[in-house]
Amino acid sequence: MSSLIELTDIHFAYPACPPVLKGASLRLDGKERVCVVGHNGAGKSTLLHIVVGLLRPSRGRVVAFGQERRIEADFLAVRRLAGLVFQDPDDQLFCPTVAEDVAFGPLNLGKSKDEAMDIVDRVLSSLDLGGFRDRITHKLSGGEKRLVTLAAVLAMEPKVLLLDEPTNALDEDNEARLIEILLSLPQAMIVVSHDTQFRERIGSRAVRLADGEIVPG
Amino acid sequence: MGHVVGSGRPTLLDTGAPEDRTLINEIDPRTRILAAIAFAVVVVSLHDLRILTGALLFGLALMLMARLPTRSTLRRMVTMDSFIVFMLLLLPFTVPGDEMFTVFGFPATWQGLRQAVEIGLKANAIILTLMALVGSVEPVRLGHALYRLKMPEALVYLLMFMVRYVDVLQQEYLRLRVAMKARGFRPGNNRHTYQSLGYLIGMMLVRAVERSERILGAMKCRGFSGGIPLLGDLAYTGSDVYFALGFGGVLAALLALQFLV
Repeated sequence: MSSLIELTDIHFAYPACPPVLKGASLRLDGKERVCVVGHNGAGKSTLLHIVVGLLRPSRGRVVAFGQERRIEADFLAVRRLAGLVFQDPDDQLFCPTVAEDVAFGPLNLGKSKDEAMDIVDRVLSSLDLGGFRDRITHKLSGGEKRLVTLAAVLAMEPKVLLLDEPTNALDEDNEARLIEILLSLPQAMIVVSHDTQFRERIGSRAVRLADGEIVPG
Repeated sequence: MGHVVGSGRPTLLDTGAPEDRTLINEIDPRTRILAAIAFAVVVVSLHDLRILTGALLFGLALMLMARLPTRSTLRRMVTMDSFIVFMLLLLPFTVPGDEMFTVFGFPATWQGLRQAVEIGLKANAIILTLMALVGSVEPVRLGHALYRLKMPEALVYLLMFMVRYVDVLQQEYLRLRVAMKARGFRPGNNRHTYQSLGYLIGMMLVRAVERSERILGAMKCRGFSGGIPLLGDLAYTGSDVYFALGFGGVLAALLALQFLV
């Protein structure tokens, strides 16, 4: 297995819109942290959604974890191995309490309630969020929500993290904390971010999405 | 986004009930739901006005026990009354019986008035009890309790999503309203106002649909397969037994009085 994720010649257009991606190719190897930049609407989020099969390219190949992925059934395994953290934490935290939200993934993977709660406790304490276990998700602050979405994704024990604008609406302290956490994680990552400082701290490689294609940043 | 605002602000979902321990708070939400249902069934089957007044006073007592804020709770009760007030006003004119007075040639009857009073007493006694017992439950715990009471899962999920997102939607609405105000929008009775408010509602709907699609995407990413596991742990305790016995006693007394008179 040479690369974790390999997108080749991806084409994509939203219905009734001009194409966003016109032959984009991207490769993610183990231990890499690739930062993707590009102007608004360049298709950065679209690219991440294509990796986990929430959107299907009209042309091109998605190879993830050593297999080509085409249909919904192929992507079920990808979604477990590649954890996507959404741009707006409110989209992701849909369970009433933090514990339920973090346990949602593990329970879907067939873990028992006790096993799931063990994972919840372990993940939350590793992110220093132990006290949030029984908090109501919609009453968390922006920074807290962001960290909890990360915990919810890490609870699935993914091999790759896909982060969509993770520093949106974070203050300096929370951003510093996020950077510290991300640097301590072993996962390879694809990070979409407008935040130059953040990219410089996190990224091991940068690429630019321009005119629907990936070019070296 | 809404999450920029601090976590201490009041939300649409606040029950108004105190968060510290009260006599009612000690009791498992499932017991409270079942008690409220039993109370409603018993009160509907009563007919004597004096006993119904007693039931209403019992509801008031429960409200005080739950330490709900009196004024806003009674205001909520009056809001419910406004739904039935027209029916109550018309009843004296539609029920045949002994004439009380006439309005434009339509006779109002004592029997009709009695029925209107009876329905008014029943409705208010039940709504007060419902607010005291169930309305003071934190919405998320209410969802868990309904789930454990074997309510259809789809309905419980609907409630849970509502609990989760009503605040997000309200924040979105308020942001749009502020944005309108910032550009000098002042509502009036004119075409421009209705058109702008129409756009506002339309925009909210579109955003809600888009958000729901993003949420579904996020759920799929975490292996969603049709069911949402709920974890809340509820347990019946000794105080539930005492409450059930006491509450059952009151209900039995109400029924017994109805048979005696």
